[in-house]
Amino acid sequence: MQAGTPLLEVKNLRVEFPTRRGTLVAVDDISFSIAPGEVLGVVGESGAGKSLTGAAIIGLLEPPGRVAGGEILLDGRRIDNLPYEKMRRVRGKEIGAIFQDPLTSLNPLYTIGRQLTETIVTHLDMTEAAARDRAIQLLQDVGIPAAERRIDHYPHQLSGGMRQRVVIALALCANPRLIVADEPTTALDVSIQAQIITLIKRLCREHGTAVMLVTHDMGVIAETADRVAVMYAGRIAEIGPVRDVIRRARHPYTEGLMGSIPKLGNVQARLAQIDGAMPRLTAIPQGCAFNPRCTKVFDRCRTARPDPIDVGDTKVACWLYDQAGKAAAE
Amino acid sequence: MIAFVIRRLLQAVLVMMAVGFVAFSLFAYVGDPVSIMLGQDFTEETRQRLVTDLGLDKPFFVQYFNFLVNAAQGQFGISYRLARPVTDLLMERLPATLELSFCAATLALAVGVPMGVYTGLNRDTWISRLLLTVSLVGVSLPTFLIGILLILVFSVVLGWLPSFGRGTTVALGWWTTGFLTPTGLRALILPSITLALFQMTLIMRLVRSEMLEVLRTDYIKFARARGLHNRAINFGHALKNTLVPVITITGLQLGGIIAFAIVTETVFQWPGMGFLFIQSVSSADVPVMAAYLLLIAFFFVLINLIVDLLYYAVDPRLRIDRGAAGGHGH
Repeated sequence: MQAGTPLLEVKNLRVEFPTRRGTLVAVDDISFSIAPGEVLGVVGESGAGKSLTGAAIIGLLEPPGRVAGGEILLDGRRIDNLPYEKMRRVRGKEIGAIFQDPLTSLNPLYTIGRQLTETIVTHLDMTEAAARDRAIQLLQDVGIPAAERRIDHYPHQLSGGMRQRVVIALALCANPRLIVADEPTTALDVSIQAQIITLIKRLCREHGTAVMLVTHDMGVIAETADRVAVMYAGRIAEIGPVRDVIRRARHPYTEGLMGSIPKLGNVQARLAQIDGAMPRLTAIPQGCAFNPRCTKVFDRCRTARPDPIDVGDTKVACWLYDQAGKAAAE
Repeated sequence: MIAFVIRRLLQAVLVMMAVGFVAFSLFAYVGDPVSIMLGQDFTEETRQRLVTDLGLDKPFFVQYFNFLVNAAQGQFGISYRLARPVTDLLMERLPATLELSFCAATLALAVGVPMGVYTGLNRDTWISRLLLTVSLVGVSLPTFLIGILLILVFSVVLGWLPSFGRGTTVALGWWTTGFLTPTGLRALILPSITLALFQMTLIMRLVRSEMLEVLRTDYIKFARARGLHNRAINFGHALKNTLVPVITITGLQLGGIIAFAIVTETVFQWPGMGFLFIQSVSSADVPVMAAYLLLIAFFFVLINLIVDLLYYAVDPRLRIDRGAAGGHGH
């Protein structure tokens, strides 16, 4: 999967929020890459920094949040320091975005056709009529029946699942090579979630679009992603091929996450849970941020922060896998 | 839609009857028209004849009914003070008030909305801060004081603009207009500013807070993520979504402008209905007061109806479309 040049490369990204009581580091020195056509899942609890990473990539961090360090490269070109107008041309054209809540992502006052065509005309050199044809085509692609009629409907005339399909169509308007999907199924009914996930998977395969899929739902990741990054307290705890991470979780936090997923046919057993809560940004512990909750904690975890260590195909930020460190601890 | 308009019209009739009742009550409770009309010397016989002529010996509800029937035909009786038909008096002065109100409303909207948009988009520039501070003055200074200050500066000290009256007017049928002569236009400037200032600052603050609200919504973030031009986002998507509350308040304010022209007209000796009303109050000229009350109520009802219809034009969610299946969200 890692062969060839990556489409997106994030190097040592750091996102900060200056506040009156000092600077909060919400995303702390994370690095990862996405190959063309690849689906990277990003999981983690609320506040782990996964949505902020997505927002930083599309250049839409809410002030006062800002990229304080590192680089974001698209096709080898830096995009984190582009002026607003240049970045605007990247957004929607090269990087599409899907947001969490389809009920509020669409402007209620315009027909979905008008919202599609305005996006198409903004990025592609097309007449209104051609853009409308493309809009109908896109609506058909995302599985909206009677697209010729639906195109003149307003968002409130569509159900939640339909609206998320429209949002996906909007993200695909200019055939971007990367889509940042922030919790695309969280606000939907479970039965609709599966449809939307299947749809995103199918479209990305057909169009060769890479996806950064931000979610807190391990099930969605398991079904969709090629690789997965597990985030904790603003850092990547573990990143690797989805099969490895799910079957052979290496980071104690990932193990805990896996243990907390209910399994069918295992009704009697209590769900495992990770004790404690993720630290607040104002009180991230010294050393490994996970150490107060970790069952395998040892001295070094409390003093030094682990950087990602290669273990097979995955990278794990845990001292357990640092041979020298482990030897020292034992 | 048609059913809605009919329902609104029926409600309007009820409102007018209620206002009519209040206006009619003026006759019974504000002063005694008979003694006002008779003056000092009268015999019991002449008094009786006048009471019969005026229909004042009939039961209350018969009098009320007659009043309504006459009012519906535009008959409001004879002014006690000027001994002329009230309808003629009001019609003579209606153009002056409407032209002044029209200018004031146009000014308030044409300046207030752009200022609101500007201060909403550029929250932290010094121009925004200045406008907001100045607008506080506009909101808190009483209208008559603003009028007097304007007269002092522009009429007395600088001598640029007339301090009273309408200037030369041109008669177009029964309508007299000040729009067609230089003196008429010059005379409009100061009263229009005086009358508009409060509404202008109110509209500015309203548009500003609505813009700030809308700019935080998901569909604006999503519009940015789609890479739309800033102009399209700010004016096409954001401003249009602020319109419903702005139309509501502006509509009510427009009624207020016509009604509260009383103060401005008095300050500038503007020969409009408000000025007539003040003069009528001081001499207990009940027929004029009652007719004025009904006319103002009529304007309010009419404006409210127009506002309701504008909602339909702006917000598609209000146009209930039963033909469109697909479920309604929230």
